[in-house]
Amino acid sequence: MQKLNQTVTDSKILSVKNLKVYFPVEGAKKSAHKYVKAVDGVDFFINEGEILGLVGESGSGKSTIAYTIIGMNRPREGSVLFRGQDILKDNNRRPMSFKKDVQIVFQDPGSSLNPFQDIRQILKLPLRVHHIVPKDRLDEAVEEALDRVELPRNFVYKTPTSIGGGEKQLVSIARALCSKPKFIILDEPTSSLDVSIQAKIINMLLKLHQEEKLTYLFITHDLSLMRNISTRVAIMYLGKICEVAPTKVFYTSPLHPYTQMLLSSIPVISDEEEELKPKKVVSVGEIPSPVDIPTGCSFHTRCNRKIDRCPREDPVMREVEPGHFVRCHLA
Amino acid sequence: MNEHLLDIRNLKTWYRTYQGYAQVVDGVNLSIDAGKKIGIVGESGCGKTTTMKSVLRVLDERKAYLPEGEILFRNQNILAMKESELQQIRRRSISMISQEPSAALNPVFTVGQQMFDVIAYSEQGGSGPHKKEITDMAIKAIRDVFIPDPERILQCYPHQLSGGMKQRICIAMALVTPRELLIADEPGTALDVTIQDQIHRLLRALVDEKKTALIMITHSLGVVRELVDQIYVMYAGNIVEVAMTPELFRNPLHPYTRGLMDCVPRLSGGGISAGIYGYVPDYVHPTPGCRFSPRCSFAKEICRVQKPLLLEVDEGHSVACFKYTDAFTEDEGQEGRIRAEA
Repeated sequence: MQKLNQTVTDSKILSVKNLKVYFPVEGAKKSAHKYVKAVDGVDFFINEGEILGLVGESGSGKSTIAYTIIGMNRPREGSVLFRGQDILKDNNRRPMSFKKDVQIVFQDPGSSLNPFQDIRQILKLPLRVHHIVPKDRLDEAVEEALDRVELPRNFVYKTPTSIGGGEKQLVSIARALCSKPKFIILDEPTSSLDVSIQAKIINMLLKLHQEEKLTYLFITHDLSLMRNISTRVAIMYLGKICEVAPTKVFYTSPLHPYTQMLLSSIPVISDEEEELKPKKVVSVGEIPSPVDIPTGCSFHTRCNRKIDRCPREDPVMREVEPGHFVRCHLA
Repeated sequence: MNEHLLDIRNLKTWYRTYQGYAQVVDGVNLSIDAGKKIGIVGESGCGKTTTMKSVLRVLDERKAYLPEGEILFRNQNILAMKESELQQIRRRSISMISQEPSAALNPVFTVGQQMFDVIAYSEQGGSGPHKKEITDMAIKAIRDVFIPDPERILQCYPHQLSGGMKQRICIAMALVTPRELLIADEPGTALDVTIQDQIHRLLRALVDEKKTALIMITHSLGVVRELVDQIYVMYAGNIVEVAMTPELFRNPLHPYTRGLMDCVPRLSGGGISAGIYGYVPDYVHPTPGCRFSPRCSFAKEICRVQKPLLLEVDEGHSVACFKYTDAFTEDEGQEGRIRAEA
């Protein structure tokens, strides 16, 4: 594995500003203005060549961000700039070049690949839509796509139902790469797989990251995995980002109490790792419903360092050291 | 002579398929003493859940076939029991927590109704508790798993509770009457890491307090390291390594155990290993030799033709691998660990 931050430059490929995505609560009266605040004012950016890890518990809104960037959800507020261009301006008519440059790999390859198509048909579609190769070279390009993820060429005749979970995810990755994208959103690509298969997929992703000069937004709930692959990590809680830091800083000096709680909850397999877990932080409580978000800092109901200010006032994001942002009154 | 609480000897559990028998559990030996905690670790499809389902005999009878082996619970063979004797075991001695709490609870009954049924069923045959006693026991059990306001929870339907709460209810149900053995099948896997941590701490505290023996089934090495005293590593229907927890992590011997440990991403960084070469074997036509041999970088001729036995190499540390026998003196191959600076 090569050094990850080699290709990092200062140019931002994607920046998300004050993004809000609300979903109306089903069954509630429209006048009651009840919303699930899935994403509630999120700011972040990704530099070209980076792997940004977006981590959070289920229901924290991390997948909603991915789906909003890709255009599956309509945001309530905010903007998403891809290479300086606001892509939310006209949600229905996104430029084809954006669709080509930004791809997504979903969590469950079992439901994101059409079981009635064979692998050839699945991989052909993006090649045809984006006119990547001339028509007479399509079959060749499909085989090249399989080569890229090191799957045997005879896979073109198989259907998604006849191959294993790890192989299905590799096909999804191959499909995402077909349109020669610049930026790929990986939405928990390995969380339904065993660790030995996960290791293979991750190595493949890291290899492709180098070879194709890609940028990743890597969504996961696995902090140990993030430690090993990302350049920066962002933590989400109830639709808001709590802490963003370069990977090393993030794991050695986490500042937000939620980050500390998460890190201390991870089951690890060596004493060396045990040392890294914040001491005296015991995980308590559960993530509240995003319909009734607690007042002030939304984490105060589970925080062990709560002060009087927390339930009243929502902290703002502050840069405590270069590149290390924390949203907490105490930091 | 035999003082084990549960002793599984050479258990084989096969499933009927159209291609023939799938030999999912292939000669498992396992024992646990009263009050102890053991863990079974393996990847999905390695037969860990099937082994435990065989213990309670809750397999699908039309598909499962148990050609060999015995499961002794307090010296009685569970596999030879009549249904009525088996009911006694399920009623009073062994309980199980499943991976998916929302599937384990019935959505059309309240938590209270389901809990009362469990208590009434467990206590049947004796004097039989009164309704008041049953309610008190249920409330105490819910309080034991740190859920506030138990009276209200008893009136709730499962869908009104979160995943973590549901799993707590399942634990409360499993331990509401005294049990000798609790089988926990990945109780935290479907939950978030902070909730999982809470469930595991709760489980450990409860089994210690009630002196219940615990068999923890999981795919996560980190989880067993924190919870249990002794670990059984399972691969493709075989137990490949058994050791006390600190010993296993200090000195893993079986190539599969080592490969598995390398695959786990470390919190301390250091990159990701290359993974284990190949895929899980076919259970319908398994190799006559070691089932790990097609993926093993150390494999020699003997590994492919003969099945290694689980032999003790050190005190309390057994491994099923020819590498540690006289048949395999030279140490060849290379470690699969490819790590780099991050």
